[in-house]
Amino acid sequence: MSDHEYVPSSKFGKWFNDRLPLLTLASHLTDYPTPKNLNYWWTFGGILTFCLITQIVTGLTLAMHYIAHADLAFESVEHIMRDVNYGWLIRYIHANGASMFFLAVYIHIFRSLFYGSYKSPREIIWIIGIIIYLLMMAAAFMGYVLPWGQMSFWGATVITNLFSAIPLVGEGIVNWLWGGYSVDNPTLTRFFTLHYLIPFLILGLVVLHIWALHIPGNNNPVGIDVKKPSKDTVPFHPYIVIKDAFALLMFTIVFAFFVFYSPNILGHADNYIEANPMVTPAHIVPEWYLLPFYAILRSVPDKLMGVVAMLSAILILAALPWLDTSKIRSAVFRPLYKQFYWILVVDVLVLGYVGAMPAEGLYLLIARVATAYYFIHFLIILPVLGFKEKTIPLPLSITEPVLGGFPMASAVKKKESLN
Amino acid sequence: MKHTFKIINLIIFLLVGNLQVNAAEKIDLLKTDWTFKGVFGKFDRGSLQRGYQVYTEVCASCHSMKYVSYRNLFEPGGPEFTEDQAKAIAAGFEVTDGPNSDGEMFVRPAKLSDKFVMPFANVKAAQAANGGAYPPDMSVLAKARSGGVDYIYSVLLGYEDPPSGVTLEDGVYYNKYMYGNNIKMSEPLSDGLVEYSDGTAASKEQMAKDVTTFLMWAAEPHLESRHKMGFKAILYLIILTILVYFSMKKIWSRIESEV
Repeated sequence: MSDHEYVPSSKFGKWFNDRLPLLTLASHLTDYPTPKNLNYWWTFGGILTFCLITQIVTGLTLAMHYIAHADLAFESVEHIMRDVNYGWLIRYIHANGASMFFLAVYIHIFRSLFYGSYKSPREIIWIIGIIIYLLMMAAAFMGYVLPWGQMSFWGATVITNLFSAIPLVGEGIVNWLWGGYSVDNPTLTRFFTLHYLIPFLILGLVVLHIWALHIPGNNNPVGIDVKKPSKDTVPFHPYIVIKDAFALLMFTIVFAFFVFYSPNILGHADNYIEANPMVTPAHIVPEWYLLPFYAILRSVPDKLMGVVAMLSAILILAALPWLDTSKIRSAVFRPLYKQFYWILVVDVLVLGYVGAMPAEGLYLLIARVATAYYFIHFLIILPVLGFKEKTIPLPLSITEPVLGGFPMASAVKKKESLN
Repeated sequence: MKHTFKIINLIIFLLVGNLQVNAAEKIDLLKTDWTFKGVFGKFDRGSLQRGYQVYTEVCASCHSMKYVSYRNLFEPGGPEFTEDQAKAIAAGFEVTDGPNSDGEMFVRPAKLSDKFVMPFANVKAAQAANGGAYPPDMSVLAKARSGGVDYIYSVLLGYEDPPSGVTLEDGVYYNKYMYGNNIKMSEPLSDGLVEYSDGTAASKEQMAKDVTTFLMWAAEPHLESRHKMGFKAILYLIILTILVYFSMKKIWSRIESEV
């Protein structure tokens, strides 16, 4: 990325770098030219990396004490909470870490939606991100099954049963997933195995995500291309590193508050009751971060179509770079899109809320309206908006808004020069 | 367009507001002052010891507490009985151990390392003795009910005569706070049921509060060290954040002056 080729100063450094260019990589990462106008919404990438590493480290420690067996899992979790040194701390960090991870990923995704970071030339970064998000949901779901409480067991039953909606082979697939005729020990052991595997798949994809990011460089709040390196950019180190560190510390304060003072508020009380196949809980609800999709699933009367709707709701995001026909990236210069963006945010929050409520009466009606709107946003509003919307003229460079406030009419840049 | 946006927002918030009103039909739980809530929350040692007395004299005849050990009774952050007291408590229970070198199982007094002895051999035996209802294990009960300690406290004090028109089956009691209002446990507490060794008057409310405190400790034995460590950790993070903030300002000042 940098203009000049990096040459190590020491002889050994040069010898090593010729064979494995780690020092070149390190130099690229520190010098990486970053737009200087990035706001705090851009710090969540670093925060997410922190979340992933925290989950892996605490997860490895928990796995040393956890027993993946239907008769022993619940007890082994209590053993961790009571008798393992600081086991309570490690488990609460891991359990709340999942929620923090999703909180950060939702902010990261919605930042991308607002500033159009998914648009050309960043489509691959975006699609890798969607795959990471899917894997995160799979990992979180399987992780929630491991303590083998009531919500673990019944959540696993409900979610795996979704596959029975597939015509002809559905039942067979469900039995294959379970390793038997109900959720039982074989289900638990394979979920544990996969829960252990997926984070490392995510780690690999994160490397690709960052690699793909470093080809075009960061998008920025103005959404125009910046020359790199130039007066519009700063080297990643120390400028972005210190800013990310500051934001990360703020984030860890919130994180610590949950871990130390409300460690169970984001979980469900029923999961402290050991799994019992004979007793169904009154309401089976997934963790908060899956609720919007749960609402979409339940808003469709037909089981198969419900599953299709739920999956489409996620997969539609992968097509977003092509569904959004506008050439302007940042919502700052798209007055109409900005409004629809906030309606979408409210729509998703409403879906999350009704997802936690029983699927009946007014709740069901709202879930259906909100589900319909979710798809209308992506399939109709976004494609049409790109052609109809009158956008605000873009500044010539990001330095301009930094200096004189934006948008500046004097510095009109034509749309076509963006590409 | 702006208006449409505002109107849609308004509609959504009105609907959400209505839903919350509907959901709030639940009755309010009884509240009492819990010493273990809040940033500096700690257990009341006396209340924990009394609570253990209520548990062992009243609850333990039906409810097990299988994840708690006798040694926990003298560990810091709990009821903090002396080690000798805990040993004496343990010795009052019998456990089946073995097999010994002759291949025989044998009965011996419980030791500090043993888990609380269960009142029934297994779930089926517990159900058989309790009209088909399994008295739940109390180890994590305080975390296993939404409403937590307030809910347990309320249920203990929520027994009343069924409202007119409600008929109850044999062995079922009416409780104002229990989910579904039907409970298979008869009212466990009555004034003066236990005689507190520290002289506290054993009113129903006092016993309910003490035993609920004990249940909270049983569910969360490291609560005190969690609160203490949390305070230090968050204080440390805040100071570090402030330092990093000023470092950031200093570093970025180079750039802003250059522009």
